[in-house]
Amino acid sequence: MTELTQEKARIGAPSGQDFIAGMTEEGEQLNQINPHTGPLAGAATKSHSHGGGVGVPDSSRAGRLTSYKLADFPLITGREEEWRFTPLKRLRGLDRVGVNGVDLSGAAPVITVEKPAAVTVETVGRDDARIGSAGIPEDRVSAAAWSSFTEATVVTIPVEFVATHDDVTTLTLTGAGDAPAAQHILIHAKRFSSAVVVLDHRGTAVVSENVEIVLDDGAHLTVVSIQDWNDDAVHASAQQTKVGRDAKFKHVVINLGGDLVRITPSTRYAGTGGDVEMFGLYFADAGQHLEQRLFVDHSAQNCKSRVTYKGALQGENAHTVWIGDVLIRAEAEGTDTYELNRNLVLTRGARADSVPNLEIETGLIEGAGHASATGRFDDEQLFYLQARGIPEDVARRLVVRGFLNEVIQQIKVPALEERLRESVERELAAGAL
Amino acid sequence: MSTLEIKDLHVSIDTEQGNKPILKGVTLTIKTGETHAIMGPNGSGKSTLASTIAGHPRYKVDSGSITLDGEDVLAMTVDQRARAGLFLAMQYPVEIPGVTMTNFLRTAKTAIDGEAPKLRTWTKDVKAAMHQLRIEPEFAERNVNEGFSGGEKKRHEILQLELLKPKFAILDETDSGLDVDALKVVSEGVNRAIDGGNLGTMLITHYTRILRYIKPDFVHVFVDGSIAEQGGPELADRLEDEGYDRYLVAESAQA
Repeated sequence: MTELTQEKARIGAPSGQDFIAGMTEEGEQLNQINPHTGPLAGAATKSHSHGGGVGVPDSSRAGRLTSYKLADFPLITGREEEWRFTPLKRLRGLDRVGVNGVDLSGAAPVITVEKPAAVTVETVGRDDARIGSAGIPEDRVSAAAWSSFTEATVVTIPVEFVATHDDVTTLTLTGAGDAPAAQHILIHAKRFSSAVVVLDHRGTAVVSENVEIVLDDGAHLTVVSIQDWNDDAVHASAQQTKVGRDAKFKHVVINLGGDLVRITPSTRYAGTGGDVEMFGLYFADAGQHLEQRLFVDHSAQNCKSRVTYKGALQGENAHTVWIGDVLIRAEAEGTDTYELNRNLVLTRGARADSVPNLEIETGLIEGAGHASATGRFDDEQLFYLQARGIPEDVARRLVVRGFLNEVIQQIKVPALEERLRESVERELAAGAL
Repeated sequence: MSTLEIKDLHVSIDTEQGNKPILKGVTLTIKTGETHAIMGPNGSGKSTLASTIAGHPRYKVDSGSITLDGEDVLAMTVDQRARAGLFLAMQYPVEIPGVTMTNFLRTAKTAIDGEAPKLRTWTKDVKAAMHQLRIEPEFAERNVNEGFSGGEKKRHEILQLELLKPKFAILDETDSGLDVDALKVVSEGVNRAIDGGNLGTMLITHYTRILRYIKPDFVHVFVDGSIAEQGGPELADRLEDEGYDRYLVAESAQA
């Protein structure tokens, strides 16, 4: 009885059962991704975690170390919970800033802007007072970028400005080469404004990026981050959002291109009545690593969150990772949350990891749930469609299109939907399906 | 008038225990307008025949031929066979994630006809066919077979039969798992397709029950991979009374 009340309800937490081969209490040992020499898990893994002090178990998301200072973070070994799926060797040094002269002094992707007249986009120095208003870095790679960037881009949506459907603010970030770089972007939606901001990443880059997003009270903001990089790009992006009282935030992550892309969106509520929708769409080809780790921190009353991520994989060593951490703190009464991840594996040799985590510290909530399913487009499905006259390539496309369209339809930015449909078609064509 | 001709067909599958012959010389000819019931005990090869005609990759044709109006069916891919006019109503229709029935039906119709159906008449045809099969309109927006009950899946197979209008329909145990009401609805659909006048039908079934609703012209009894007996509808009546025992007894006596 007492044990039950003391124990946090952690759905998805390891049970006391025997472990599957290759699995330990700390999760899967991905030796082939990050080989290590130490003991397998347990104490070795724990020694790298950072408890949040008295009363917070170090496995809780609430206990994760946050700091602006790179030096506060120990070196990444690949055995940490937040790095265990990432092939560190392919980060091209983003994880090793400060070691053996590795730095982020490369040129950051060049930003070009399209925007409605009322929206301001400025380039500011790192001492600008607005910087740091949304969050604190939660991992070493993010902290490295924070320590390294020289100038930041600040997008401001003015008070009560209401953009029409066509008034999309688009920042196109074009990679400036493969020297490791740092980037910093801040998007500030002021009181009762309503706007859509698109971050469109293209070209070749090795970049660690911090995106801060602030919604003042009553603001409605959609931020779409498209990663349509060239095949050789490496991109880590921490996208932290602070959602004001009664604000409505929609976050969309589209991961298509790049060798390694790792997006870590975190959302926090600064007041009651916040409403957050987080959508993601990813399509991994042979050899690509696309990782999305999101965190919704319910720390205020009567806030809502909905998370829907869908991914398709095709080709040898296509790898996707989806981690959905949702924390409902004791004070967040009346929370309503649901997260969902679906993966469609189209060919052999691809791998989708999906881990939803729900921590609930109060029973006084509206609802909390999650779902994760990874399915294979298999020979029987193909046979069924072909037996109705549909050629094999059309059949595969039919399935993928239908699967991903569910997310595209939710974005509700018409100009973007068309673009994304075309991107999905291009991915399908590229996969020689 | 079309002819589906199966001659001395031998089919095997590869299992972990090695190659296993299933069909051991099947010869059968079906013409437009004819309904052939294929009956037999479990494991006699009925479903193998159906899947082989449709081109399921699991089944290996060792010898023999299948032709449709003289064209070599075995040389065609699965989708080519469907476009040539063969339709298999599956025993276990699979779920297709992400594809709505509406999208699927239109894509299949376009593939089979070689051009997209006229939107207005097509939508009307689909609605009417769904209504006749007592399929609720909301199924049009559901993913193919996803979360459908056994009976709903079978009704959707017949919906496709009615909309795609093949030359030959192979119904693989369409009656299995259906209650009497669903069996009637499904049989009505098959009869509508037959009454259209341009269909040859191969009705594969374990039970005689469905033959009360769909009248066969010919009955073939499968035992151990070949046809043990064939005749007219009266053979089905005899099977209803006697079951398959006498074939199995004969077989074990031989062995």
